[in-house]
Amino acid sequence: MATKVIMPKLSPTMEEGQLSRWLKKEGDKVSMGEPLAEIDTDKATMEMQALGNGVLRKILIHDGESAPLGQLIAVIGEPDEDISALLSEVGSAESSKAASQAKPAEKPSSSPGEEKETSDSPEAPAKSKAADTAKIEPSPKSEPAASATTQSSSPGGNGTQRGRLIVSPLAARMAAESGIDLRSITGSGPGGRIIKRDVEELVAGKAAPAAAATADVGQRTVMQQSPVEPSAYRDVPASEMRRTIAKRLVTSLGPIPHFFLTTEIAMDRAAEMRSSVNALDPELKISVNDIIIKVAASALRQHPQVNASFQDKMVRYYEHADIGVAVAIEDGLITPIVRSADQKSLGQIASEVRDLAGRARNRKLRPEEFLGATFSISNLGMFGIDEFTAVINPPEGAILAVGAMAPKPVVRDNEIVIRQMMRVTMSCDHRVIDGATGAKFLQTFKKILENPLFLVV
Amino acid sequence: MAVITMREALNQALREEMLRDENVFLMGEEVAAYEGAYKVTKGLLAELGDKRVIDTPITELGFAGLGVGAAMAGLRPIIEFMTFNFSILATDQIINSAAKMLYMSGGQFKVPIVFRGPGGSAFQVSSQHSQAIESWFAYFPGLKVVMPSTPADAKGLLKSAIRDDDPVIFIEQERMYGNKGEVSDDVGFTIPLGVADVKREGTDATIVARSLMVPVALKAAEQLEEQGVSCEVIDPRTIRPLDIETILKSVKKTNRVVIAEESHPFFGVSAEIGSQIMERAFDYLDAPVKRVSGADVPMPYAKNLEDLAIPKVDQIIAAVREVSYLD
Repeated sequence: MATKVIMPKLSPTMEEGQLSRWLKKEGDKVSMGEPLAEIDTDKATMEMQALGNGVLRKILIHDGESAPLGQLIAVIGEPDEDISALLSEVGSAESSKAASQAKPAEKPSSSPGEEKETSDSPEAPAKSKAADTAKIEPSPKSEPAASATTQSSSPGGNGTQRGRLIVSPLAARMAAESGIDLRSITGSGPGGRIIKRDVEELVAGKAAPAAAATADVGQRTVMQQSPVEPSAYRDVPASEMRRTIAKRLVTSLGPIPHFFLTTEIAMDRAAEMRSSVNALDPELKISVNDIIIKVAASALRQHPQVNASFQDKMVRYYEHADIGVAVAIEDGLITPIVRSADQKSLGQIASEVRDLAGRARNRKLRPEEFLGATFSISNLGMFGIDEFTAVINPPEGAILAVGAMAPKPVVRDNEIVIRQMMRVTMSCDHRVIDGATGAKFLQTFKKILENPLFLVV
Repeated sequence: MAVITMREALNQALREEMLRDENVFLMGEEVAAYEGAYKVTKGLLAELGDKRVIDTPITELGFAGLGVGAAMAGLRPIIEFMTFNFSILATDQIINSAAKMLYMSGGQFKVPIVFRGPGGSAFQVSSQHSQAIESWFAYFPGLKVVMPSTPADAKGLLKSAIRDDDPVIFIEQERMYGNKGEVSDDVGFTIPLGVADVKREGTDATIVARSLMVPVALKAAEQLEEQGVSCEVIDPRTIRPLDIETILKSVKKTNRVVIAEESHPFFGVSAEIGSQIMERAFDYLDAPVKRVSGADVPMPYAKNLEDLAIPKVDQIIAAVREVSYLD
């Protein structure tokens, strides 16, 4: 039976995908799970896998072209199977496009497997080679050639499922229970339906390849024993007071009631530590930001109330600090995650951040590498920003905005001295973090950063 | 325990219950002198006499009504229809009198009667004599509907049906009279109405099957096991009251359901079971409930077409593979 290949949803916010390049050509044998094409989403370039066995019979959009979610982009089938009915489903847009092709019956000689195909199909024309430059946009219906297509289906035939998730009830429930965003899953059921095994695979095995990838790059990663799975957590029912606070505050400022806490930190010792460590081993290439990640993770372990997320009827406390690191990329921003940063060495964090940021810029991150942090850090110091406020990335409870480090006059022991000062501002979700809770966390954060030796005690 | 046919098991149940309770009597076309068109009543006239085993004229509405009246008066009649195809003539008595009397008399008149006989598809007897009409009877509150798939179930359930104080429709599958199985010879052996039986345990998909489809489903499950799919086969045995809990428990374990039946799909028993699963186990379904039913046509006479109209092992296998997302 023929398998429809549709534009899959590969990122939570994706609405259309651009076909970066096909990894198979028409006539190639494909089997379930084999990479079929690379798709550019709004976040990353991802591989799309085949969801059926057979021969790639028909490619409907070509390298560089875009298609909305759910649109038929190719057909996999038996070599001699009649797929004309499937192709006619593509809708009037596609068929009028085919009709507007000048030389309809031309067949490329390169695909022997499909010669038998459609002797009885009036629509055989739109072969890939001929259609290479064709655009997906519907050509005007008024074109005279359109009447030549026999099977133009009802208008608007494609894209009716755009943006709608198809998911089995069980899979929906399992995803909700595991805190997985369904939009991050690619369904393997008929029509892209998300089914039990898709959720199970994500829950069970998906973290493993991420570990392998980072190990490749990080030359100093020691045995890679540290966990890379998303943090475990415990859910505690939200108290009546906590729910009232949440309800009241949310009416005041957006869906997430932000408040902001700013402090100024003397960075001399942290900077000193960075240069001494890098002097010992230049391979390490530790940045100040790596130290900030490590210190934040360490402080989060001491203040679990801040490593938390408001979940409507409960507050979720994470056991590990999965730190999202905001990385500016062309046309946008993405926050790859250092999983369990509290358990990793500075060297590990440094090499991981380098790898993640590099792949983020090349849009090669997998969803599990940028979805589901417990706390985020955004650093605009390199742009000379003294201080700023960052917007929380839900469902995280807080984000730390880090400004530039600069020498400033400060008073120490009644004397004016010069120190390397840095301002940080934490945005807190007031539904889960109160002022004093956030302040105590920042106090610890500041204490460790000003005296990085605390990292080892 | 002895291995006997379904026909013999039913005969044992009739005999044991008639010996146990002198209010039980048997009435129908050819049940006495001819010993039953399918020989289910063999030996009963000789042993119990013509006051207890009574031949009737060919008048289904008449003797069904006689039975209802006798039941209201305190006897426990067993009415045999030569086949359930002929019960269609008696439906006014079954539906309007037997099913509703307890309710309409404010609880004054119980109707402890069993209507029994062969039903479902038979061997090349064409449209009017080869059909499954259990959903007609199961539709009405006041009736109980029983469909055994093994000799043991046939005996245990028929004995319970005879002892039950409500009217019971007891449908024996015409093609299964010769099927053999182990049956208890303990006269105290009964199987309660309204309790489903897990005929095979499994973890990956649930097949709900009744009557003729039970052995077919078991064969499908065997072959699916070889393909790495572990199927649970559930036989409701009683269509009304339906033991939906046992089915739901299985669905919650396997997340996938195929309902197999030889009857027509439209407004069939599978529609009711599928609907209840949807209402009560929606969050446990990983795939839509799939039905494998008899063809939605009058039963053809031609052998090849008749074959095509009745679900086969391969269709059940294909359905299970479909709900398991294997193809």
